[in-house]
This record gives sequence, C-alpha cells and structure tokens, in this order.
Amino acid sequence: MGIKEIMLAFVSFAVMGGILGVILAFAGKKFAVKTDERVEEIKNLLPGANCGGCGYAGCSALAEAIVKGEANPNSCTGTDPSVNKKIASIMGVELDHRVRMRAQVMCSGTFNHSKIKYKYEGIDDCIAAARLGGGLKECPNACIGLGTCTQYCKFGAISVKNGVAVVDYHKCVGCGVCVTHCPKSVIHLVPYDSKHWVGCSSKDKGASVRKYCDVGCFGCSLCQKNCETGAITVNSNVASIDYEKCNGCDKCVDVCPRHIIWSANKQKNGLFITREKPQIIKEQ
Amino acid sequence: MLKDILLIMLSCVLIENFIFSRFLGCCPFLGVSEKPDTALGMGCAVIFVMTLASAVCNIVYRFVLVAFNLEYLYNIAFILIIAALVQFIEMFLKKFVPSLYSALGIYLPLITTNCAVLGAVIINMQKYASLPFGKSLIYSVAFGFFSAVGFTLAIVIFAGVRARIAYSEPPKCFKGVPIALVTAGLIAMAFSGFSGMQIG
Repeated sequence: MGIKEIMLAFVSFAVMGGILGVILAFAGKKFAVKTDERVEEIKNLLPGANCGGCGYAGCSALAEAIVKGEANPNSCTGTDPSVNKKIASIMGVELDHRVRMRAQVMCSGTFNHSKIKYKYEGIDDCIAAARLGGGLKECPNACIGLGTCTQYCKFGAISVKNGVAVVDYHKCVGCGVCVTHCPKSVIHLVPYDSKHWVGCSSKDKGASVRKYCDVGCFGCSLCQKNCETGAITVNSNVASIDYEKCNGCDKCVDVCPRHIIWSANKQKNGLFITREKPQIIKEQ
Repeated sequence: MLKDILLIMLSCVLIENFIFSRFLGCCPFLGVSEKPDTALGMGCAVIFVMTLASAVCNIVYRFVLVAFNLEYLYNIAFILIIAALVQFIEMFLKKFVPSLYSALGIYLPLITTNCAVLGAVIINMQKYASLPFGKSLIYSVAFGFFSAVGFTLAIVIFAGVRARIAYSEPPKCFKGVPIALVTAGLIAMAFSGFSGMQIG
C-alpha cells in the first residue's frame, strides 16, 4: 500500500466525517426545539419514583404539566412540603395548603381471626384471587392478602402480615396508587395525622359477620352513641369516622366490643400504632 | 422482482430471523422485552432505522467506498453513517413528528450502537453489492425492512411470553434472567423449524 492510498483513505473519511458533522450541526440549529429549563429543574426536584399518584404518566410528565400550568405545583404527594414550596417558587406562584394523606388498610381480619373459604393455589395476585369466588376469605369485603398493593407501591411502604396488608407510615407518601389497585377497596386515604380508624369494611349484616370473622364490625352503634363530637356514624352496617370532626378522645376505642377501632399516636419520630392487634373476645 | 422481494421477506422474517438464527441484536432482545408495549416500541424504532440505514449505506458504499477503492474500510464507514443518521433522524422527529418521537423515546438513540443494524448493512453489502444499482438498492431496503420486522416479531413474542412468566414461580435459581434465557432458547428452537424450508 503506497502513501497515495493511505492519503486517499484519510482524506475521504475526513471529508465524509466533516460533511456529516456539518449536516448534524446545521440540523441541530435548524431543528432545535425550545424546551423550558424549568421542566428539567422541576423534574430533578420530584422523587423520580414514577408512581403515577398525581395522575400523570410519570415524574417528567408531571414536570411538563406543571410548567404548562395544567397541574398544580402541589400535585406530587411523594415530596416533602419544602420541595413543593421550591417547585412553587420556580413557577413563581403561591402554594395551596395540602393535607398530607396516608394509606390505611380498613381490615383487621388476619388468618387467625377470619374464616377461610378455600385453599388458594393460584398466582400471587389479589385481582386474580378476587375473580375466584371473591377471594379466599369468607368475608366478601376482606383484605385478600396476596399483596397486589405491595407490588404497585413504589415506595415499599406496604407489606402483608398474616393475610392483611399493613402500611408503614414512615414510608407511605399518600400517593393513592394502592387505593386504585385494591380489588376489594379496603385501602383508603386518610389524613396523615388522623388518630382513629375503623379496621373493617364489611357491608354485611351483623349476624353474618359474626359467623366468619372474629374482628368484623357488626354495626352495634356503640361508638356512635359514645362519640362526643359526632364524628362516627354507622352506615350500611359499618362504622365510619369523619376525620375532620374526630378529636382523638379514645372513647370509641374503649367501647368497641370487637376492638377494631385502632389508634395511631403521633410521637417525636413519627406515627405509631399503639395497639398491635385487636383483642379477640370469643363468644360463648 | 416481486417474487425476489417476497422471498427476501420470508427468509428474513422466519427462516433467517435476525435473533434466532443470526444471533444479532440479542442485547435489546433481552433488555427491553419485559413488557410487550416497550418491546413493540423498540421494534418500531429498529424497523425505522434499519430501513433507512440500508438505503443510505448502500448508496455510500457504491459511490464513495467502491469509487475510491476503500471497500476494506466498510466497517468504520457504516458505523459513522449509522450513528450520524440516527442522530439526524432523532432531531428531525423531535421537530416535525413529536408524537412519533415520544413513542420511540429512548429506543431511538439506543439503536445507534445496535449490532443488528450494522449486521443488516454488512449482510446487504455482501449479498447485493455486485448487482446493478437500482436492484441492489431495492433489495437492500427490502432486506433491512423485513429483517427488522423479523426482529420485531421475535421481541414481541418473547415479551408476551415473559409477561406470562412474571406470574409463574420458577425455582429460585431460575428467577429473572435465567428463565428468560431458557425461554429464548425454546423459542429459537421453534423458529429453527423454519430452517428446513428451502428457498430458491
């Protein structure tokens, strides 16, 4: 190979590379799409878990929506309030007040307390189990306990303990993804600081609840009668709490014959459940 | 001519499938086949780039490399052209067809360094470079397009199987990629059934 061939190869590749480079540089200028820097800034502030709790496809989609003005800077439930303030200041708007929420599983029927209808040997998925006769527990409104919510939780806040899902309050950000995926709708969003909740979602009459669950609400209305502020009402055979009215006086907890009104106490380093499991009273 | 293109189609999609018989493009085949949706996105991006790259590289090979006796530098030339082409397409789509750009998403730049694209271009060169220009261009484009269709078929089938496997419970040591590799082997065996077909 002579010097001529080497020079030819060198020159032709240099020219080809040069032409391509010029084309690309030209195209980069010509086809430049203006992107708002704020999108990138806000995207970096968001948690990046892409949980979809805000209703957008992911964090970057939310960032774009915030910049466009479609979404509230407050839309992300997964961030600290201080971060939301930063986002609002990037957008130059004031922040609305947002109540921090947490997910709460409204069922206490662990395998020790509730009757099992059949032995389930399918895929580990509540939605599949719910299609098979409404789940493996006798109670038609019980937590199925196969952990579909744990799969969807992007923050690892839910675990299944003895057949009932339990939310870790330290990790839960209240995005509400578990709420939409639970086939039995036993997960609800409650204000983060709310103290009491009713650990049952059963809509059945008291007599049938007694048959299949040791810890099911049978709508005796004792809590409703004893509540000072009128926060508890019994509708369709199950007690429910109005969290705005509840003052956390613990009276309902004491009077409930099934011991399924739970309480969480706010302490220095977070929220804790004060009573581990409901006490069972076996009826003679 | 039409018959030849039909034969190219059959041989590229089924008999000499890029993944199952040529073993090109195995990286995205395993990497982006977790969900059928993303697999289809990747497949579309490959179809798009491979068809264009086949055409452009065919022209460059004939009018630059052959003209200057530089055939031995085809590897470098093709890599250069494919990379520049993908960049250019990305900018073009972002400006004029934003919906397609967001549908292809991250897969478009990923293909820049995909061996399947380079492989298709090189096989084109070896097979069709000796033909007259018009014919060679048409055959190359058909080969690139249908090879990418075969790639898409393989990756979408595999993603469908993997979506089902996600719900099964294999032994612990097989969980994740190992069971996916075993599945890929089984699908490849199914495709090898086509290799008995003799095409002209």
